[in-house]
Amino acid sequence: MNVIVDAQHLVFRYPEVTEDNETNVQTEPVLKDVSISIEKGSFVAVLGHNGSGKSTFAKHINAILVPDEGKVLIEGMDTADEENLFEIRQKAGMVFQNPDNQIVATIVEEDVVFAPENLGVPPKEIRQRVDDALKAVKMYDYRKHAPTQLSGGQKQRVAIAGVIAMQPDCIVLDEPTAMLDPQGRQEVMDTIRRLNREKGITVILITHYMEEAAQSDRIIVIDGGKVLMDGTPKEVFSQVETMKSVGLDVPQVTELAHLLHKEGITIEKDIISTQECVEALAALLDRTE
Amino acid sequence: MLKDITLGQYFPVESVLHRMDPRFKIIEIMLFIVILFAGDSFWILALGTVFVLLAQCLSNIPMKMIWKSIKPILPILALTALLNLLFIDDGDVLFQWKILKITQGGITTSLFMMIRIVLLIIGSSLLTYTTSPILLTDAIESLMSPLKKIKFPVHEMAMMMSIALRFIPTLLEETDKIMSAQKARGATLDNGKLIDRVKALIPIMIPLFVSAFRRAEELATAMECRCYRGGEGRTRLRRLKAQARDYIGFVVCMLFLAASVTINILVK
Repeated sequence: MNVIVDAQHLVFRYPEVTEDNETNVQTEPVLKDVSISIEKGSFVAVLGHNGSGKSTFAKHINAILVPDEGKVLIEGMDTADEENLFEIRQKAGMVFQNPDNQIVATIVEEDVVFAPENLGVPPKEIRQRVDDALKAVKMYDYRKHAPTQLSGGQKQRVAIAGVIAMQPDCIVLDEPTAMLDPQGRQEVMDTIRRLNREKGITVILITHYMEEAAQSDRIIVIDGGKVLMDGTPKEVFSQVETMKSVGLDVPQVTELAHLLHKEGITIEKDIISTQECVEALAALLDRTE
Repeated sequence: MLKDITLGQYFPVESVLHRMDPRFKIIEIMLFIVILFAGDSFWILALGTVFVLLAQCLSNIPMKMIWKSIKPILPILALTALLNLLFIDDGDVLFQWKILKITQGGITTSLFMMIRIVLLIIGSSLLTYTTSPILLTDAIESLMSPLKKIKFPVHEMAMMMSIALRFIPTLLEETDKIMSAQKARGATLDNGKLIDRVKALIPIMIPLFVSAFRRAEELATAMECRCYRGGEGRTRLRRLKAQARDYIGFVVCMLFLAASVTINILVK
């Protein structure tokens, strides 16, 4: 079995601290019985509106949070076991929303060095890893720059390089493009896809953008702490009504096809890319002529 | 605006002084301060001047930059000189008006003090001009490492320093944003009485603190995700390594120290 992330009946509650400072755990769980297994080398998008529990799930993958009930196994290692902590964090790197709050050093190169230094990698190998990581995100030419001189997209790519330098098998990205402009978003998405395709790194992308999710191999929709849908982008997005009912959108082209379909026009319902839409519409026009 | 404040004053050019080991530079600047403050003859100042000129020649730092480092302290210099001039009562009285009098001793002391401060400032700014903040923190960490024996958190302190350096520009940018946001809601920040202005700072400081704490928490999580676990078992890519020029520099400094001791003995 080539499963990298295996969550089994995961339940998690945030401990709520009451006024008299007693920890009260009898709150509504954020994750209720979530079972997800992710295959090595895949590109998985996790969708869900705010408060659905998608970020909480992401934080379980590299043991920032530990399940209250159930288990999370990363390459067979239990996240609840303290001994596995650093090995899990090295296998499953994590990138957050705000690049500014992840960069530790005043020079790009110095920041990428941070993780391998923590892992106690010999200096010679660090050099090699850092150069490779910076080239992988196409930031090698900026290695001597200060992070403050870079654009948002560039900073986020540096943050990704900082994780790549640990040589992880899996990267979890928690809304990495939420604070970026369209160009920065494009840069980051291109980088993620390239890492997935060329280096075979498993990507778990938590996102708000349907267009980004459409580029993945598999979409998991989380709502109210449960897995609502799980399938290929085509399978998930063709359920336009279900998506709308949980406050999520579908790509514009999918919605267009859906609306046309409703009007009684025969068009495929599983269109997710602009190219597909153009072709389908062209075929439709040919037929009507 | 606020963003234009450059942090530290590292002046990146190629020179011998730039390439020297920062640990040696720190020790040498300390020796220099000892030399300046251990004696009170003008010969010591002459020696200090020679030292500073030598360092300046090796540093490739233009005179303009040196002048820039002295400019901000001119008022302090003037004040020191004035106080010394008026309050030191030593030697022949040259000028007297009511209770104010200027003596020969006052003039020499104030001159001496001024030159000493100027030399001190030039010396230490040569250090910061030729050493990048990261190297400086590395050097401090390395120099303080013996303190680990008495459980002093040396690595943690160096980490704090470098994170502070990293976040100063970010927080300045944030301050700028908050100021604009508060101005947009009608806050007046630039005029009014002193008390009003101080009061006007509160709506800037509070959001700034809140966001700084939030950033700190996120950064801590991000650092943990990258397997940070303190200084233990950590390797370093960059190793500070002393070279021939560092030892030569050190010997030269020791010669200066010896010279200053000789001067002090001879003057007495």
